[in-house]
Amino acid sequence: MITVQNISKRFGDYPALHNINLTIEPGEFIALLGPSGSGKTTLMRIIAGLEFQDSGHVLFDGEDVSTRKVAERGVGFVFQHYALFKHMTVAENVAFGLSVRKRKDRPSKVDIKARAEELLGLVQLGGLGNRYPAQLSGGQRQRVALARALAVEPQLLLLDEPFGALDAKVRKDLRRWLRGLHEQMGLTSIFVTHDQEEALELADRIVVMDHGVIEQVGTAEQVYMEPASPFVSDFVGEINRVDVTVTNGLIRLHDRQLDIPANGHADGPAQLHFRPHDVELAGAGAGAGAGGLPIIVSNLFRKGGKWRVEGHCGALDRVIEIDLDAADTPPHVGVQLVVRPTKSRIFHTSGR
Amino acid sequence: MSQRAIVSESRFARGLLIGSALAFLGFFLLLPLVAVFSEALKQGVGTFWDAVKEPDALASIRLTLLIAAISVPLNIVFGLAASWAITKYSFRGKSLFITLIDLPFSVSPVVSGLIFVLLFGAHGWLGPWLNAHDVKIIFAVPGIILATVFITFPFVARELIPLMMEQGKDDEEAAVSLGANGWQTFWHVTLPNIRWGLLYGVLLCNARAMGEFGAVSVVSGHIRGLTNTMPLHVEILYNEYDFVGAFAVASLLAVLALVTLVAKSVLEWRFDYHHGGAGH
Repeated sequence: MITVQNISKRFGDYPALHNINLTIEPGEFIALLGPSGSGKTTLMRIIAGLEFQDSGHVLFDGEDVSTRKVAERGVGFVFQHYALFKHMTVAENVAFGLSVRKRKDRPSKVDIKARAEELLGLVQLGGLGNRYPAQLSGGQRQRVALARALAVEPQLLLLDEPFGALDAKVRKDLRRWLRGLHEQMGLTSIFVTHDQEEALELADRIVVMDHGVIEQVGTAEQVYMEPASPFVSDFVGEINRVDVTVTNGLIRLHDRQLDIPANGHADGPAQLHFRPHDVELAGAGAGAGAGGLPIIVSNLFRKGGKWRVEGHCGALDRVIEIDLDAADTPPHVGVQLVVRPTKSRIFHTSGR
Repeated sequence: MSQRAIVSESRFARGLLIGSALAFLGFFLLLPLVAVFSEALKQGVGTFWDAVKEPDALASIRLTLLIAAISVPLNIVFGLAASWAITKYSFRGKSLFITLIDLPFSVSPVVSGLIFVLLFGAHGWLGPWLNAHDVKIIFAVPGIILATVFITFPFVARELIPLMMEQGKDDEEAAVSLGANGWQTFWHVTLPNIRWGLLYGVLLCNARAMGEFGAVSVVSGHIRGLTNTMPLHVEILYNEYDFVGAFAVASLLAVLALVTLVAKSVLEWRFDYHHGGAGH
């Protein structure tokens, strides 16, 4: 179990992390998700021991490892750009962690070679041991970096933007494969990503970060369905944001009262968030959909198995995005409609 | 066709440009080089060898080699340490440090020599103390080494700092995370990454260490057979109208320059090749 307690870190005047607390169970696959500058990489480097916190503690299985160096923490680290040693063969790269051990702990040359070969087999690169990193594709280099990190038998595997430098197709295959490897090896893994889709697909739990603070920790389902803050709601998945006011438990858009429950939110300015697929559409005829957002369809296109409707909302002077099932008959461009969110969240805008 | 359209200069203008560049090179670089060798060999190979084998000349060659053999390794260590510190750590006063490394390039070599005379000379700050303990630095070999080390300090560091900056510290962090200690990281990861740049810096450093005149001239004292390096010896012989002797020793220095130039080209070629990521 990994416990992060009250970690703070500054780089000069820049506060990179502020009072971070996090617990990771053995065997979990955790994503640290956030935009650049959110502190996610710094947090992972502190857990690894490549960076040291200004205050707070890192505990592995209840033991304080805060002052231990990276080599003493039993972690495997896969760097964003792999950091393969380019003058060494693939096999030498993988064997590096074993061959730099002290003489008494070091396996024999034959054993090291066999172990490297075994690991290369595990990452499906058997027979490529004599190549140099420059002779491999991006996906292959990534797997060499992984094999090299696994060679020292880490308890914890840390991956910095593991799929960032790969093209879309390779990324998808590698994701699934990495998930399988994680289960097969019984590892605890943490990876850093700015790609919410990657986090949602791969991780058991997602740690959403922004400006050096954890915004939410939860499963993909929780983070997507019950975002704890407007930032999470906005960052994870697609969202429509509408500035509204809450008065007397009712939600108003300018002078128009919306047919959406305020769920006891206090009065004041607020932001209404709803996903493109959580809506009902109605014609703009008299009476119908009085409590919705009036739009004029401005654009319509196929998005995968769905229709994406973009409608201009005059009252807001912004575009509202709507998803319709492929089986639905899509509206024509120029048609007036009323959008009523079936599922929405309200966040107060004061404070942030 | 398209080439002609883009390059608008007339045939005459091009010829003039290329011709003047070649003439300039020939007059200022090639001609002096040829002159050195032709003067040295003017009275035959036998006389040339006699001039080189003359005891004072041999002593100057030995001294020059000794100076290079001591100051180049020192500056490899200093250069590596400085570039390591600058590129792998962040600390206060880093930019000042980088500027200071360039100091020997911007200061006149004569001033560099005078600094050491001021410090260690008979009337210098440490002079009386050194005298009392019978340590000779100025007008002796240690002074020449100090001056040479000072003058050649930037070469290795200048070569390595941009290279190591570009490479970042990912490789080192990877090595450390895999359990390598500092020495293993340096030997197995950092050094192979910078070896061509380092060799290049060492080559330039060596050429300057052997060829330095100004700073060494101030601290050496020009004692024949004792504190005369090759460049100083050339000057003495020339001033004594021993042209064959002067040019014979000078031709050895010129050969050194040529060898350095060739080695540098070979290194640059290899360096580019590796930088291109073509593997081994």
